[in-house]
Amino acid sequence: MDALTRRRFLRASGIAGAGALVTGGAGMSLAELLRTRPDEAPAWTRQKVNRLVLVTLYGGNDGLNTVIPYADPAYHSARPELAYAPEEVIRLDADLGLNPAMRRLKKVWDAKRLAIVLGVEYPKPNRSHFRSMDIWQSASPSRPATTGWIGRWLDGTQATRETAVSFEPVLPPVLAGQTRVGSCVSYRGFELPSWIDAGTVSALGRGQPGEPEMQARAAMSYADLITMEHVIHGADKAVESEGTVEAPTGPATATGGDSEIAAQLELVARCVEVGVPTRVYSVSLGGFDLHADERGAHQFLLGQLDAAIGGFLDRMARTEAGRQVVVVVYSEFGRRVRANSSDGTDHGTAAPVLVAGYRVAGGFYGEQPSLTDLDNGDLKASTDFRDVYGSVLASVLGAEPARYLDGYQPHALPLFPPGR
Amino acid sequence: MTDDIALLLRRAGFGPTASELAAARAAGYATTVAALLEPPGPDIGATSAPIPELGPDPYAEQPDPSDDQRRRFDATRADQLAQITRWWLDRMTVANHQAVERLLFFWHGHWATSVTKVKSAQLMLTQHRTLRDAPDFAAMTQRMVVDPALVYWLDGQRNVKGAANENLARELFELFTLGIGNYTEHDVKQAGRALTGWHIDLRSQRCVFAPAYYDGGRKTILGSTADFGAASLVDLLMRRPACPRFIASRLWYRYASSTQPIPARLREAMAAAFPAPAAMLRTLFSDDAFRATRGTMVKQPIEWLVGVMRQLRIRPANIPAATLTELVDGLAGLGQRPFAPPSVGGWPSGPAWLTSAAAQVRLSLAGKLVNLAVDGRLTPEDVAYLLGIDTWTNRTYALLRQQRNSRLLMVLGTVSPEYLVT
Repeated sequence: MDALTRRRFLRASGIAGAGALVTGGAGMSLAELLRTRPDEAPAWTRQKVNRLVLVTLYGGNDGLNTVIPYADPAYHSARPELAYAPEEVIRLDADLGLNPAMRRLKKVWDAKRLAIVLGVEYPKPNRSHFRSMDIWQSASPSRPATTGWIGRWLDGTQATRETAVSFEPVLPPVLAGQTRVGSCVSYRGFELPSWIDAGTVSALGRGQPGEPEMQARAAMSYADLITMEHVIHGADKAVESEGTVEAPTGPATATGGDSEIAAQLELVARCVEVGVPTRVYSVSLGGFDLHADERGAHQFLLGQLDAAIGGFLDRMARTEAGRQVVVVVYSEFGRRVRANSSDGTDHGTAAPVLVAGYRVAGGFYGEQPSLTDLDNGDLKASTDFRDVYGSVLASVLGAEPARYLDGYQPHALPLFPPGR
Repeated sequence: MTDDIALLLRRAGFGPTASELAAARAAGYATTVAALLEPPGPDIGATSAPIPELGPDPYAEQPDPSDDQRRRFDATRADQLAQITRWWLDRMTVANHQAVERLLFFWHGHWATSVTKVKSAQLMLTQHRTLRDAPDFAAMTQRMVVDPALVYWLDGQRNVKGAANENLARELFELFTLGIGNYTEHDVKQAGRALTGWHIDLRSQRCVFAPAYYDGGRKTILGSTADFGAASLVDLLMRRPACPRFIASRLWYRYASSTQPIPARLREAMAAAFPAPAAMLRTLFSDDAFRATRGTMVKQPIEWLVGVMRQLRIRPANIPAATLTELVDGLAGLGQRPFAPPSVGGWPSGPAWLTSAAAQVRLSLAGKLVNLAVDGRLTPEDVAYLLGIDTWTNRTYALLRQQRNSRLLMVLGTVSPEYLVT
């Protein structure tokens, strides 16, 4: 696959927004929903941690070269061309360290706000990008599902459309429910051409009784365009007028320029700061499927990720709303322990999940998989991915995990201690 | 049923012109299916858009250029890519054999190879010719496993005896021939061995077999044991019952419904016509289940753009270069630049295209297109006629009636929810 395994990967997957119905019927648009925003802060804002930013790394991120078992001789012998020498690694403890590109996340680690959950995977790993990503996003490892785990939470809470927002080009399956679906918002801006006015576009966005579902969704995309123009402009203004962010913090600040992940997180930051009532944001970075010449390209991607998340977390630490945010970073699988003949790696299994935020209890969770006790050349998982989701559902979204994890009873990870 | 004929033309091609629609209605459904899938004689329209001669890829002559040469070479490559992009959009627009062009577009999405990694417009065009010339799916697959663009895209040239790179083998099974669930991890690893030994010759634009890198040992794949190589592996795959079914379901996914599964009965009927794609499509188009999917398919951006150009009589070959660049950038903004699928899994589908971000880009793109074509006074009825729309909803009709500017009226027609869905 391309070095750019794209974020726009929605394809023949069972989810793909299939069957997800338009919220509240075809006539309801985000604009109308936003106008119902309460004057007083809703109850959930009193939770210590209440907003989730899901960062999806498409293509299969090489976990062993992200959180590196640098002290293990087996690491160096399995992938001599790809391995980082111990002196290159940013050490976290006597066994594990971060990729040299992850300098900012090291600072987050030092501040004890970065949790690294080790060896995370679902049962019976699948090495297809598409199936594996479906499983991560649906949280349904045993059978294909038509909904994402966040989508089911949207269903269960009868959430409004702004509750979950994606800044990716297409709606990720994780935000698709049966009756509710997240909103998809571009980071490229919403300005209308000069020759058309908002009223005309809004008129195109009115739903019609009996209209086919896809046609209704096409209409809604115009209504949403007007809404998002309004929201994003509102975000701009509020940032300036409230002065919650000092001057240098803008689109290009401390994020290394216009990389897409940085642009997406910039929008999340603005929305959080002005109090847009979104609970779940989905952003992504593609390009991790490095079957050949992996090392430099992988380090470049991790550098982008590090700069974007590091900058975002710094910014979030400055406001109370920002301190309630947690970032979760995952990929559809890790990669084979042994390098292939092209200085790359083929599809593998378990990998670390990163959880970061002001109120996250930093440190390692779970166990680093052995590099010698392998399952057919692949790492054995030590943590079920639903244990991470369960902790997020319970502590961030205030939900009962089993209800949205198909009955799975997660082992809660103490990622969000009450005192912090 | 006249409505069925409009549906057929919209799905089988890129958007019928008013005269094509009238002719098809006069001919009837069955005759139209036959004319689409077995068009008589050469494609007269397409003769004005012959496949371009690009000249050599600069890197083929000088594989190890200086920095200065590299800058010039990359500029040449960008220009060559612009040429083939313009040509393909032009060909889709002017071809009379619309179903042939639409099927090629399907195969491009099926073997989803992107120039963003391959870099060479020549190799992309070579792949395009291969897809165009293949008589059926079995022959196509034989040629594609040694197609240099596909091989490079999936790191096949790095797949050598002793340390296989499984990228090509895996996607050959999962995305191109069998579908997930019809093979094991063991099969993928062994097939990776069977595909070793091919490297890319940029000058001849071919894959060349190098026996020294080929793993000639015995392999057990899908229960069969032999000294498999690329050709015998493809033969094996073509004999698997899963393969015709998988191709049938992929055709259904792009021509009938991306949200509902193919009915098992229809899948078997289409599979019986394998490996001839035209015969499989004939079975699909002749089935009631196809007609029942009316109103469920979202036009892909290229289908939308080419459809508008056909119906408004805009020829990409005649568009000024700067404007054409804007149109192609617009397609990229919608998520569908020709020769650059976002994933080996192919293009997105259905509601994934209907984002607010796409709505904004589509408006701007429609404005540029309409400026190239529309003059004079139009009514909402004229717009419906030109765009082949059966009826407007009250919403759209009311909005169109308010417009005093014919160009804005046409823009609203081309971006209307009614026009975006077939």
